[in-house]
Amino acid sequence: MSMREFSLRVNGVERIVSAPPMARLLDVLRQELGLTGTKEGCGEGECGSCSVLINGELVNSCLVPIAQAAGTSITTIEGVGAHTKLHPVQQAFLQCGGAQCGICTPGMILAAVHLLEKCPNPTREQIEEGLNGNLCRCTGYMRIFAAVEKAATTIEAGVPG
Amino acid sequence: MRSCSAECELLTPGSLEAVLCLLHDEPGLWTPIAGGTEIMVLYGAGKLTERKFVSIAVPELREITEDGGWISVGGGCSFTQIRRHVGIQKHFPMLAQCASWLGGIANQNRGTIGGNLANASPAADSPPALFAYGAELELISARGKRRIPYEEFHLGYKKTALALDELIGTVLLPKRFDDSLRYVRKVGTRNAQAISKICMAATATVKHGHVEEIRIGMGSVAPTPLRLAATERALMGTELTDAAILNVVIWEARRALASETAPIDDIRSTAAYRTLVAGNLLEEMLRTFAGAAR
Repeated sequence: MSMREFSLRVNGVERIVSAPPMARLLDVLRQELGLTGTKEGCGEGECGSCSVLINGELVNSCLVPIAQAAGTSITTIEGVGAHTKLHPVQQAFLQCGGAQCGICTPGMILAAVHLLEKCPNPTREQIEEGLNGNLCRCTGYMRIFAAVEKAATTIEAGVPG
Repeated sequence: MRSCSAECELLTPGSLEAVLCLLHDEPGLWTPIAGGTEIMVLYGAGKLTERKFVSIAVPELREITEDGGWISVGGGCSFTQIRRHVGIQKHFPMLAQCASWLGGIANQNRGTIGGNLANASPAADSPPALFAYGAELELISARGKRRIPYEEFHLGYKKTALALDELIGTVLLPKRFDDSLRYVRKVGTRNAQAISKICMAATATVKHGHVEEIRIGMGSVAPTPLRLAATERALMGTELTDAAILNVVIWEARRALASETAPIDDIRSTAAYRTLVAGNLLEEMLRTFAGAAR
């Protein structure tokens, strides 16, 4: 099977990639586009490390063949904030100590951003559900949940991140 | 190395008609892929046996419509669509509940009900609710459409009534269970993400303290998702008092259950555990119905 060309919008920029159609979106992002912020954990949709947004919806990029991502708009961790201006969720993770080894963090932040888009004032239960596809083996989750709560407050108050 | 990325073909015809034509012209050659939450796991693990895939993620299969007596759920609808749909929440709350149990949010965004059924895992989360609600399926192909009760869909382990050129077009749900009693429970290692050890859903009507109608669906107790027809027969007409449940009904129900299920030992649980817990769930269901009918 030969390579094919696919166009997609990644973090607001139109990109054309050459890949076999079954190539995982995760591999295309990391290897073709150099966006290594998206991590591979389990590679089977259980851990959420490779979470990205496709047209605003949270997905595991290890389970998306590139051919099904053609024509869509992708947001990776690199598109969530900027070095000079972090997203409120990123800022809150820093302030609350919501990261340790860091492998789950990009996916965790994407899941939190997705949750707060759908549900700006989540209860603790809604936060737990919104992040339940994202596994963390370091933090015990409490500081992550606190960070999401803090981010929700910050966003609601309209404080620039 | 990822199994076969260079060897695998994946076509994206983009319309339902084009997908059905391809499946019809070369039956058996193309494996449908919807949300990829099953196929891409096998792909990542290097365990895919098929090499040619066709994406059935097309807009025509993603509609949920509601008319007088039915809610029609397109086979390509995601579990997020299903659990968020107001009509499903109102008329088929157990289906919305089962959808919320299915993996994390990311998998609910990608996984489809048609994929869940066609993949035919005995442990799938949506089938018990579909049995309990008397669902029907509309199977579609370039040759036309046919409609079957969901009970007739699973023929054996990973064997279904789908012909090589057919897809699950629509899951049809009759809106006649609004006044029924209901019971739904998933037993798993944890609530989120974990594949069920057992999943069960039931609807019933009770008249003058006796079971008038009952439908029970169960997962992970047989080679296919199962409607517990023998158990239902054993329970028809029985009295639903605590004493009757304790003394007679539950033993008859457990005996019937054992006659029609064949749980296995696997990585998630054991046959003995599943048999015991399936019976316990039946008892909890009966007590729930008895309490609700009082």
